[in-house]
Amino acid sequence: MAHENEKTIRSALGRARGMGSAKDGTHHFWMQRVTAMALLPLSLFFLWHLDSIAESDYTAFLKWMAHPTVAIAAILFVVASFYHALLGVQVIIEDYVHAEGLKIACLLLNKFSFFGLGFACIFAICYINFAL
Amino acid sequence: MSNIERPLSPHLQVYKWQLTMALSILHRATGFGLALGAVALTWWLMAAVNGEEAYQQFQSYAHSFIGQLMIFGWLWAFTFHFLNGIRHLVWDTGKWLDLKSAYASGYAVVAGSLVCTGAIWFAAGY
Repeated sequence: MAHENEKTIRSALGRARGMGSAKDGTHHFWMQRVTAMALLPLSLFFLWHLDSIAESDYTAFLKWMAHPTVAIAAILFVVASFYHALLGVQVIIEDYVHAEGLKIACLLLNKFSFFGLGFACIFAICYINFAL
Repeated sequence: MSNIERPLSPHLQVYKWQLTMALSILHRATGFGLALGAVALTWWLMAAVNGEEAYQQFQSYAHSFIGQLMIFGWLWAFTFHFLNGIRHLVWDTGKWLDLKSAYASGYAVVAGSLVCTGAIWFAAGY
C-alpha cells in the first residue's frame, strides 16, 4: 500500500481509485503499427496509379475506379488510413487538451469524424462500382 | 485533476533545437495534416458519386492555385510521413537507436522526402 510520505508520481485521485491504467494502450500502439504496415503497399499502389487519380475525364475516372482491384484496394486504403489517422489524432488530443470535458468532446468528435468520413468513402466506392 | 505539485520533465523551450526533435515534431505535424486530407478524399469521392458536374467542380478547385498548393503540401507531407514512418518502424524493432544511426536516417528521410516530392510532382506532369 502507498504510504503517506512515499514518493510517487501517481496523482492522489489515481491512487484513491487504485484502478491503474485503462489497459488499452498496447492495443492502440499495436494497431497504429499494423495500419502503418498495411499502408506501405497500399499507398504505393495508389502512387503508382497517380495519373488515373489525377484524371480529369469523368467517365475515364469512373471506369478506373470500377475496376475490382482498384475498388478493393481503395476500400482497404480508406479503412487502414482512416483508422491510422484516428489513432494518431487521438494521441494529439490526449497530449494537448487537458480540460476533461473538452477532451472527451474532442475525442468523440475525432471518432465520429473518421467513422463518418470513412463510411462515406466506402459508400462512394461501392456506389461508383454498382450504381454508375 | 490534481493540484498537488508533482515533478515534471522540462518542456521544449529549455532544449537546443536538434534534427531528431525537429523530425519528431514534423512527423506529428505531417500526420495531422494528412489526417485533414480525409476531408478532401471524401469530398473527391462524393463529387464523383454526385455526377459529372460536381466532379468537374472539384477538379477546377483542385487545379486552382490554392488547390495545387494544398496538393503539393500533402504530397510532401505524405513522402515525409511515409519515409519517417519506416524509420519509426525500424526503431520499433530495436535497431538504429544509437545517435549516429538516428542522425544518418534522419538526414536520409529529409533528403528522400524532398527528392521523392520533386520526382512525383514532375512525373505527374504538373
